[in-house]
Amino acid sequence: MEQTDSHQQGLYRPEFEHDSCGTGFITNINGHKSNQIIIDALTILENMEHRGACGCDPLSGDGAGILIQLPHEFFMEECASLEISLPEPGEYGVGMVFFPKDSVVKKACRTIIQASVEKLGLINLGYRKVPVDSSGIGETARQAEPDVEQLFIARPHHITNDDDFERKLYVLRRFITKTVNETLKDAVEHFYFTSLSCKTIIFKGQLTTYQVRQYFTDLSDPRMASGFGMIHSRFSTNTFPSWRLAQPFRMIAHNGEINTLTGNLNWFYSGLKSYVSPYFTQEEMDMLLPVIDNNQSDSACLDNIIEILLHSGRSLPHVMMMLVPEAWDGDERMDPIKKAFYEYHATLMEPWDGPAAISFTDGKLIGALLDRNGLRPLRYAITKDGRVIAGSEAGVLASLHEKDILRKGRLQPGKMFLVDTEQGKIITDDEIKRKITSKQPYGRWLENYKIRLEELPEPRVSFSNLSSDAIFRYQQVFGYSREDIETIIMPMAVDGKEPIGSMGTDVPLAILSDKPQHLSSYFKQFFAQVTNPPIDPIRERLVMSLATFIGNNGNLLDEDKMHCHCVTLKQPILNNYELEKLRSIDTGLFHAKTLQTYFKADGQPGSLEKGIARLCRYAEDAVDDGFEVLILQDRAVDSEHAPIPSLMAVSAVHHHLIKKGMRGSVGLVVEAGDIWEVHHFACLLAFGASAINPYLALATIDSLKADGKIDASLDTKTLSKNYIKSVSDGLLKIFSKMGISTLQSYHGSQQFEILGLNKSVVDRYFVGAVTRIGGLGADEIAREALCKHKIGFGETKDKKHILPEGGIYQWKRRGEAHLFNPTTIHLLQHATRTNDYGVYKNYAKVVNEQTEKHFTIRGLLDFAHHRESISIDEVESSESIMKRFATGAMSFGSISHEAHSTLAIAMNRIGAKSNTGEGGEDEMRYERLPNGDSMRSAIKQIASARFGVTSNYLTNADELQIKMAQGAKPGEGGQLPGHKVDDWIAKTRHATPGVGLISPPPHHDIYSIEDLAQLIFDLKNANRAARINVKLVSKAGVGTIAAGVAKAHADVILIAGYDGGTGASPISSIKHAGLPWELGLAEAHQTLVRNKLRSRVVLQADGQMKTGRDLAIACLMGAEEWGVATAALVVGGCIMMRKCHLNTCPVGVATQDPELRKLFTGNADHIVNLFRFLAEEMREIMAELGFRTINEMVGRVQFLKVKEGLKHWKSKKIDLSGILHPVYNPKGVTLYNSEQQDHGMADIIDWKLLETAKAALEDQSPVFASFDVKNTDRTIGTLLSNEISKRYGSAGLPENTINYKFSGSAGQSFGAFSTKGLAFELEGEANDYVGKGLSGAQLAIYPSKEATFVPEENIIIGNVALYGATSGELFVRGMAGERFAVRNSGATAVVEGVGDHGCEYMTGGRALIIGATGRNFAAGMSGGIAWVYDPENTFTENCNTEMVDLDPLSARDKEEVVTLLRKHVQITGSTVAKELLENWEESLLKFVKVFPKEYKRVLQQAQYQTISN
Amino acid sequence: MGKPTGFKEFGRELPHKIAPQERVKNYKEFESLYTDEKLNEQSARCMNCGVPFCHSGCPLGNIIPEFNDAVYRKDWDEAYTILSSTNNFPEFTGRICPAPCESACVLGINKPPVAIEEIEKHIIEIAYQKNLVKPTAPLVKTGKKVAVVGSGPSGLAAAAQLAKAGHLVTVFERDDKPGGLLRYGIPDFKLEKWVVERRVKLMEDDGIVFKLNTEIGKDIAPEELQRNFDAVVLAGGSTIPRNLPIEGRELKGIYFAMDFLKQQNKRVSDIKVTAEDILATGKDVVVIGGGDTGSDCVGTSNRQGAKSVRQFEVMVQPPATRTAHMPWPSYPMVLKTTSSHEEGVERHWGINTKQFLGDENGNLRALKVTDVNWELDVMNRPVKFHEVEGSEREIPCQAVFLAMGFLNPQYVGMLEQLGVELDERKNVKAREGVYRTNVSKIFTAGDMRRGQSLVVWAISEGRECARKVDEFLMGHTTLESKDAVNMFEQVF
Repeated sequence: MEQTDSHQQGLYRPEFEHDSCGTGFITNINGHKSNQIIIDALTILENMEHRGACGCDPLSGDGAGILIQLPHEFFMEECASLEISLPEPGEYGVGMVFFPKDSVVKKACRTIIQASVEKLGLINLGYRKVPVDSSGIGETARQAEPDVEQLFIARPHHITNDDDFERKLYVLRRFITKTVNETLKDAVEHFYFTSLSCKTIIFKGQLTTYQVRQYFTDLSDPRMASGFGMIHSRFSTNTFPSWRLAQPFRMIAHNGEINTLTGNLNWFYSGLKSYVSPYFTQEEMDMLLPVIDNNQSDSACLDNIIEILLHSGRSLPHVMMMLVPEAWDGDERMDPIKKAFYEYHATLMEPWDGPAAISFTDGKLIGALLDRNGLRPLRYAITKDGRVIAGSEAGVLASLHEKDILRKGRLQPGKMFLVDTEQGKIITDDEIKRKITSKQPYGRWLENYKIRLEELPEPRVSFSNLSSDAIFRYQQVFGYSREDIETIIMPMAVDGKEPIGSMGTDVPLAILSDKPQHLSSYFKQFFAQVTNPPIDPIRERLVMSLATFIGNNGNLLDEDKMHCHCVTLKQPILNNYELEKLRSIDTGLFHAKTLQTYFKADGQPGSLEKGIARLCRYAEDAVDDGFEVLILQDRAVDSEHAPIPSLMAVSAVHHHLIKKGMRGSVGLVVEAGDIWEVHHFACLLAFGASAINPYLALATIDSLKADGKIDASLDTKTLSKNYIKSVSDGLLKIFSKMGISTLQSYHGSQQFEILGLNKSVVDRYFVGAVTRIGGLGADEIAREALCKHKIGFGETKDKKHILPEGGIYQWKRRGEAHLFNPTTIHLLQHATRTNDYGVYKNYAKVVNEQTEKHFTIRGLLDFAHHRESISIDEVESSESIMKRFATGAMSFGSISHEAHSTLAIAMNRIGAKSNTGEGGEDEMRYERLPNGDSMRSAIKQIASARFGVTSNYLTNADELQIKMAQGAKPGEGGQLPGHKVDDWIAKTRHATPGVGLISPPPHHDIYSIEDLAQLIFDLKNANRAARINVKLVSKAGVGTIAAGVAKAHADVILIAGYDGGTGASPISSIKHAGLPWELGLAEAHQTLVRNKLRSRVVLQADGQMKTGRDLAIACLMGAEEWGVATAALVVGGCIMMRKCHLNTCPVGVATQDPELRKLFTGNADHIVNLFRFLAEEMREIMAELGFRTINEMVGRVQFLKVKEGLKHWKSKKIDLSGILHPVYNPKGVTLYNSEQQDHGMADIIDWKLLETAKAALEDQSPVFASFDVKNTDRTIGTLLSNEISKRYGSAGLPENTINYKFSGSAGQSFGAFSTKGLAFELEGEANDYVGKGLSGAQLAIYPSKEATFVPEENIIIGNVALYGATSGELFVRGMAGERFAVRNSGATAVVEGVGDHGCEYMTGGRALIIGATGRNFAAGMSGGIAWVYDPENTFTENCNTEMVDLDPLSARDKEEVVTLLRKHVQITGSTVAKELLENWEESLLKFVKVFPKEYKRVLQQAQYQTISN
Repeated sequence: MGKPTGFKEFGRELPHKIAPQERVKNYKEFESLYTDEKLNEQSARCMNCGVPFCHSGCPLGNIIPEFNDAVYRKDWDEAYTILSSTNNFPEFTGRICPAPCESACVLGINKPPVAIEEIEKHIIEIAYQKNLVKPTAPLVKTGKKVAVVGSGPSGLAAAAQLAKAGHLVTVFERDDKPGGLLRYGIPDFKLEKWVVERRVKLMEDDGIVFKLNTEIGKDIAPEELQRNFDAVVLAGGSTIPRNLPIEGRELKGIYFAMDFLKQQNKRVSDIKVTAEDILATGKDVVVIGGGDTGSDCVGTSNRQGAKSVRQFEVMVQPPATRTAHMPWPSYPMVLKTTSSHEEGVERHWGINTKQFLGDENGNLRALKVTDVNWELDVMNRPVKFHEVEGSEREIPCQAVFLAMGFLNPQYVGMLEQLGVELDERKNVKAREGVYRTNVSKIFTAGDMRRGQSLVVWAISEGRECARKVDEFLMGHTTLESKDAVNMFEQVF
């Protein structure tokens, strides 16, 4: 029964699943095998239990396992008793097999195994049944539990070494698996080799970490011995965790996520035809292919690819460097040999991109590496007795004594760490890489064969410029509007920036629009949320790359100099000149061919498809003819030929060539007229284009210039350059919002959900992309193209002189329709101001009819009656319904104080919830007003910048909302320019007036689902009375994410539509990223129910909710609470100016301009009226449908049906069955929230801390105590701080009131949100997030007194310390990891070394760093000061000086530094600080002051003012 | 958009007007144009709203933010192109439209609205100056012939659009000059007649034939039109004035406003007035009716040298500002002081004329009036009035102009002969958006269909009707509509 479950149902798709986790290993450096290693490895595994998760049934884990070396002694004896006689170690291999329980199927599997073994000339020695104790495993796990057996294969004599044998075993395993799957199909879903190797063996399963030891009783056998143990604990968003997806895999244990998987797989398949290797016979190659299994996780695919690359002759570290390269492009400091290695391999293979900490082993080498961003932690310790312990956390092996530790460290971004157990040594990153990169003369190969576009000869011909008439006609044919030119192209050309808009979008989905659409409007951008972080493409530009290669990818399994004989581009947008160069290219070996992409404009069915078929045929011929570059051009359109939408043309050719195994041989260049928005470029690249020439957009810019529409001071060249720059920046942003760093990885990655094309079109031309509601077929796509074609080429007497107006970003009468338009805005304001329900009903009727005119998915639905209608008097009261309302998260900053507090007052009056947004909240609002009203927002938001997030802020909340993404721009950060940061905003945000504020794209403490679980835990500690709400934006796969979030113990999950939003967002993000809430909500509800998680959480939905009908539909789809933001703002006076980003809101809503704020006329009474009206309308619908209560109604999707008689030729093509897929509550579970989450706080250490602090809390008398801690003691001091805040508010307790000393390895979030009056000392070490949200406490951390290592050379605290700290102090004797003091806005810190991205986005406070710093220091730092001790004078190259100056210390700085150093010595006993003080005059000269430019300017102004006053 | 902060920096300013005492000395327009700088500032006040209510409030759907922006950038070609894409005659609406767009202007929520109408007028006048206003009809004709009956704003708009679509258009006008109310209803001081003639000339250049002094149903039989033309557009306006049939109505000195105004327009244009002169000179004048036509009578009376001018309105005096019942962005019924009012008039509200009193010669001598009180409904709408006891009095007066609006089109003659169906208000029956009557090939637009309304509505109807005629003739149309059209219909 589980088998059918894992297939598509409703909106769920197995490919949406993600996982991430804890990983690590322990090894004896000299390879000495022992049983203790295994025992220790299992202990490490168990101490990462909190990084894994379990589903609805607490005993079923998401998966855990261990990889060890083959325990020869053990097997000898065990096999002897089975009468199997094992040869010497290395001469036999062991397979660990999951067999299906069904004996018939099992037998069939065995038969295949036997046949395969024989076919490959190997010898099957026999099977051993693996003893297991399944008494402890959970119900879900038990349902899928396999029979676990071991298979012994002897090495035949003709194979003489273990590498060849291992390779043969690999072929055997692939062949068996392939044959079993092909022969027995679905019946053997659970057949699986965890490993088949002569070196290693893997014990794993759908287990919790603790169950591994218990389940596999072998592991406790003292005869088991291994030189290392590699472990993994899995936290999956999976709906159905399965045994085989547990890790480790054969080569790796992966904590992370491959964002680019679809593309990576496609690129791999694209070269299949050319794959040959001397290590495999052709027959063996056929047995191996396609190398990658279907239906498995990204990590499993990665493992597969590593195997084939390894077995075809590369070393394991070499393979890892290929797949997860460092950020080499643009790194001027990188060793040229290494850079050449990376560049050469880039022509061969794109990075498998995504956050990753990977442990890997080939049985002899064991190591780990981090991706270029370093977004997953990896800490290690080396002991004096020759062991290495590496893992996602420090302190995972409690038996390890500090005195035995030689060194502690962390892996840095892009770096590798390797232990060679044969040679018995640790190999450093430099050493490994030097060896590998110098194996071949990669640099010379590049020198000789790489083709640089800029070095190509002049083109043979050049196109003359289009005439202005031709431009106009082309613009018509390709669907340009005036708005496209004025709102998009012009700002891009003039400012070099992507245009900004506000207030979301309320136009119909492309599939519902009556206007001919650009094909890419059916494509919705993916974005990262929860399972992996988006990246900041501006502040972390160093990891991003737009470099690309056009030409033949070559044979991946071989190293050949000709691999790099291709054209390299710095970025993929070509101007006409560059394109002509490329078209003319002829190196003797390298040629380009131009193909025309048009179809007959005869309106006949099938014409478009014929055109595409012809194009694909020609493309195939061209590849056969040996062309390396194909240029798909649409310039040849005429009155009888319409252009194939370029996206369709390129994707069709791309997939056609992949199918033929030929794609790897050519580069595809698109030269098309229908490309002008960044989104268009992104779609093309993601569906196969290697480079793009937007000739019409460039011609449009020329004509604007020629017509004098653009400022005369800019010449044409500058304008195109600006335009191309803004496209490039926009592309980086689109990649980064998905967590992808390089164009190479994005290329072909298909990071879109298609909304509104039917499956046959997608399966044919956009193979592998997700489309869930069906829609247009090829003929309808043709119809849209022809509609535009006709405008340009159709016969008309009334010649148009202007393009259509557009009307997407602004309401236009003839333009696209909008839900909020003059009529609806007027009616809504009028109804609520006059408290006239009649007028409201009129409004609701207009809106509902509008939606029924098919603006939205809900507009296509109707209520289905299954019950007698009831009297409205029997329905739950509107008072009680109103409690389920929330307003949107709009910050004080994006909207005015007046607007913000009016909403809060209204919501408080009706017992509903308003939301602070991300801007903090002025504490004065916590006090009630004299009339009894309250301006306190019930929901306090925690966003990536953590503005104003203090212990007291968190304490004064009924709900804490973690904003993972926002509808208008999911996956992106934001920026509040300095001129908007006035005194008041600065105060609530803990910032400096006049200094700009940046919100990072990711939460720097949430790079994965287990991190989110940690933040939820932190927040629950910070206010256990508040619900924890996780805000997600609707996208494909949001259901599995929601399941993960529910497992991470959120109380509320908000599914936001893509369409909402105030504030400034890039307009392409507003329109093209994310999905309507209907899809996300339905998917989330379905997935939660199926996982038996639904009753644990409240589901909330928002996004353009405007009427009771909207709410009722959301309710039936599964939302029991609803957010209404824009409508409430409109009632408050908003008239949808869409100028929020300009600060010119003329009605005082979205502005901070004091003059304009005076014009605010909103009134809480009116807003109350709105919500009462909404509730009343809801009640009417409930009565009609026969529901007495909301709870009864939630998730009853059967009460919805597709509206009958949909006539529109587009909308009638939609298939909503996925959305309307009914789910029934599993036994004992409700379809609405009915249970509390178990937050696991019963046994936390803070209860002890609180007990001890009783006196301090009561009368502020000082207390002293000490405690032992271990890595599972997380979030220390947070609950205690919450209690202090409750009593003493933000003032907290007097300094040094509660003095606690801790010893050991503290878990994550040590001292998070700890408030004034706390003084914590930690002797030992700490993990990530030390002092997160620090709110006034003093924290000091120093190594154990027993430790003999040098503190300042060792990592003492983990990554992301002081994230969002607002005040307090941190002293660290030793080094910190990546992103130290990120977004610090007020705390003071002393530390003896930091990793990459130190002081990123800092806006206040002080950081004194008396040791080394990593790269990209001070990126996005707009305030505060850092002092860095830089004796080697290397700091300058590590510092990102875009926003900061490096100055000498002023007298005042010196004073502050000395004071801090003294304090540091006093508290931590730092020897570094002591030495500095001893030679103060000398060391002083080696300090650099990092002074943000903006902050400096503001300070100077303030100074000037004081003087002049 | 032009200038994001323009609305904060600049206030609303209108062009200089000649002082009332000066302007009453002649019949010329008395408003000057903006300086370049002022025009630029005024256009900068436009906020380019996300939801431009002005654009929605304009019956023509003028794309106001876009032309404001073009004006700000001094891109006259673009400004004119955008303006003329929705409006055939901005020179008329720019002068005499009550500007519902300005009532709907978002800036008007808390500040004086953008001077949209003035900007519109400037665009078209500059366009004429720069020779941007050119014939638009295509060289290749469709061969279809269309007759337009009536040359008021609606007929002219329909004709212009139909010519644009390549049809051969003939306009029939029973008067001696084309233009309808534009020509003979609206006084020169609000719309000088060269403005109309300039436009008519342009239309003639476009190949449109004007048959003047030709009344269908009298000079030409309607069947003849039906026979000779592929389609006919009836745009004869709503011409039957509302009467005040009380005692003494037969006295000399009581005239319909239109008779009075038309005579004066002819005089200004040096056209002989054949009928008996209707003049206010030296008389105590009472204008009955508080609307725009009444106002025109006031202005004309003053120019003719009336001894005194009074204007009566039976309804109560409207409030000076918007009330809760007429919120922004609706067109508010507030107290309006027109330029004619500025020139001198005594305005009375809540006054009911009960009887015309004559002298022995049958000449009007005075009016018998009473004050009235109105009963209001919940929405503050007047329902019924009661006379105020003891308020009855006589108002001396020798000339009365009845400006109480128009009832319906003239049925006798053409309409009767065609046999078109009428609606319950006795207008020609045809649905808005369809414009087809019950009679084959016969369309109708403007006041004849809609009932009395604004010039801007007449133009709008004429344009939309022309689309329907074109569609009827050709099976499809590419003429602009003010609203979104289904573009897909034209494919396949």
